[in-house]
Amino acid sequence: MIEERFDAIVVGAGMAGNAAAFTLANRGLKVLQIERGEYAGSKNVQGAILYADMLEKMIPDFREDAPLERHLVEQRFWMMDERAHTGLHYRSDDFNEERPNRYTIIRAQFDRWFSSKVQEAGAIVLCETTVKELVKDAYGRVIGVLTDRDGGEVHADVVVLAEGVNGLLGTKADLRAIPKPENVALAVKEMHFLPRETIESRFNLKGDEGTVIEAAGTISRGMAGMGFIYANKESISVGIGCLVSDFQKTGETPYDLLERFKQHPSVAPLLEGSEVKEYAGHLIPEGGYNAVPKLYGDGWVVVGDAAQLNNFVHREGSNLAMTSGRIAAEAIFQVKSRKEPMTAQNLSIYKDMLDNSFVMKDLKKYKDMPGLLHIQSQNFFLTYPQLVSKAMQNFVRVDGTPKVEKEKVTVKSFVAARSWTGLFGDAIRFARAWR
Amino acid sequence: MTTEIAVRVEDKLFQNRYQVDVGQAHIKVKPHTKPSPALLALLKACPAHCYELNSNGQVEIAADGCVECGTCRVIAEPGGDIEWSYPRGGYGVLFKFG
Ligand SMILES: Cc1cc2nc3c(=O)[nH]c(=O)nc-3n(C[C@H](O)[C@H](O)[C@H](O)COP(=O)(O)OP(=O)(O)OC[C@H]3O[C@@H](n4cnc5c(N)ncnc54)[C@H](O)[C@@H]3O)c2cc1C
Ligand code: SF4
Repeated sequence: MIEERFDAIVVGAGMAGNAAAFTLANRGLKVLQIERGEYAGSKNVQGAILYADMLEKMIPDFREDAPLERHLVEQRFWMMDERAHTGLHYRSDDFNEERPNRYTIIRAQFDRWFSSKVQEAGAIVLCETTVKELVKDAYGRVIGVLTDRDGGEVHADVVVLAEGVNGLLGTKADLRAIPKPENVALAVKEMHFLPRETIESRFNLKGDEGTVIEAAGTISRGMAGMGFIYANKESISVGIGCLVSDFQKTGETPYDLLERFKQHPSVAPLLEGSEVKEYAGHLIPEGGYNAVPKLYGDGWVVVGDAAQLNNFVHREGSNLAMTSGRIAAEAIFQVKSRKEPMTAQNLSIYKDMLDNSFVMKDLKKYKDMPGLLHIQSQNFFLTYPQLVSKAMQNFVRVDGTPKVEKEKVTVKSFVAARSWTGLFGDAIRFARAWR
Repeated sequence: MTTEIAVRVEDKLFQNRYQVDVGQAHIKVKPHTKPSPALLALLKACPAHCYELNSNGQVEIAADGCVECGTCRVIAEPGGDIEWSYPRGGYGVLFKFG
């Protein structure tokens, strides 16, 4: 294969791998990046919202040529029952700013663009190549990778594992365990195509303005999970994801779930007449802070989804991936500039730097959320949405019933379903986990 | 309301682009006589409906439509029911949008 020795090998050309390879190459290190897909992005799935700030830190002028779909001016949250949704909309013209904060993107296109920047920065990018194993020396230090190419061993001072949520290499080399079913969600997603003007009128948008809808409730049938609908230029991304452990328990099928979500009376009119061009499935890390594995060792660091770095409460994964990739690269650069070896001890600055960034601070803040939402999924994803929906209907329907009586009915329905202690307990538990 | 909707996953997968590595299955089910609960869960949980029961009541995989999500790995690999790896470089599903 490639005879020469590299300063760093980056496995994976997703958000984390591209950020790491870009940063390393930009600082003059000799970088080899290996991606199993035909091109960067051909294996990757996302909703997808891109957070500008984290990319801007690396590529300040990315807006000039990155394939962006729409900048977001509106966010909707829907709490759904079988027939209705109770919504919270936030829309502001402030988001029509010169340097918008969030965009919808199409990952296969975006990753390709990001990869071209990595190559411009000087890294060698090798696609259509699967890394099969990490190569270790007699002392157990990682010294390179074994690929599925002829004579496929390549060596480097350090290997950046940016292999995504399924991270085979790390588990094979005993650096971390296979994610537990309760710590990953399976999301399925379709791309629906419609003329631009149709999308703009259905979502109430002008020009490149965009909107996203996050939905929870009976659509997940009591499983911990959410649906999403994101407006792109000429397509709508629609999907739903629930914990794998819940799929396992309930025997629900992901495609039926998606189909029912699409046929919900609040969703169907948005998609009507569209042409579906792709069906995808992917895991999302949901274990949060407590599921983050060891982040570094002799000759290696792990970044992005492979390290479970995802804030599922805010649906931020790609920016945590990018940020961890960039920070890992900066840590490696520091060790390199001191002309020191890539030992676990020297690479521990990666963890220190990450702990000081929003990545770990945010994950820490929500460390009790997975436990709460996952164990009480029936209450939070089935009972409450139904109660809220009934209460709203009761509130808005005008039928001559005195309002005092209406309120009594609503309160009664909540107490009947959860009891006073249950309601207080849920509120307190939720507040604690949020804090 | 619990109206069941029959969706044909095959119709969904038909939209996707694949580069099939003929004769090189990247996921293998270990031989078994009676499927474990984990294996049975795959019949429903796999988003590409790759797992099916054969006429002897054993769980089989036809991984052609696999979207490489890893769900079956998470459910069934730790117990030793399946062996999971990625297709060779360049093969497998090729997302146009992702
Ligand atoms: C349906 C869905 C919606 C989402 N929505 C959002 C969102 O709106 N906003 C957001 O910020 N995040 C979102 N996320 C999360 C986000 O997609 C991930 O957090 C992010 O992609 C992680 O980046 P990564 O680089 O760590 O992993 P990935 O993007 O998965 O990249 C891993 C790469 O490594 C390659 N690879 C793996 N193993 C090997 C190997 N052995 N050899 C060679 N190459 C290998 C893969 O082919 C892949 O290209 C969503 C995720 C899903 C599934
Ligand atoms: S990886 Fe996903 S799509 Fe492929 S067989 Fe397993 S569960 Fe099915």
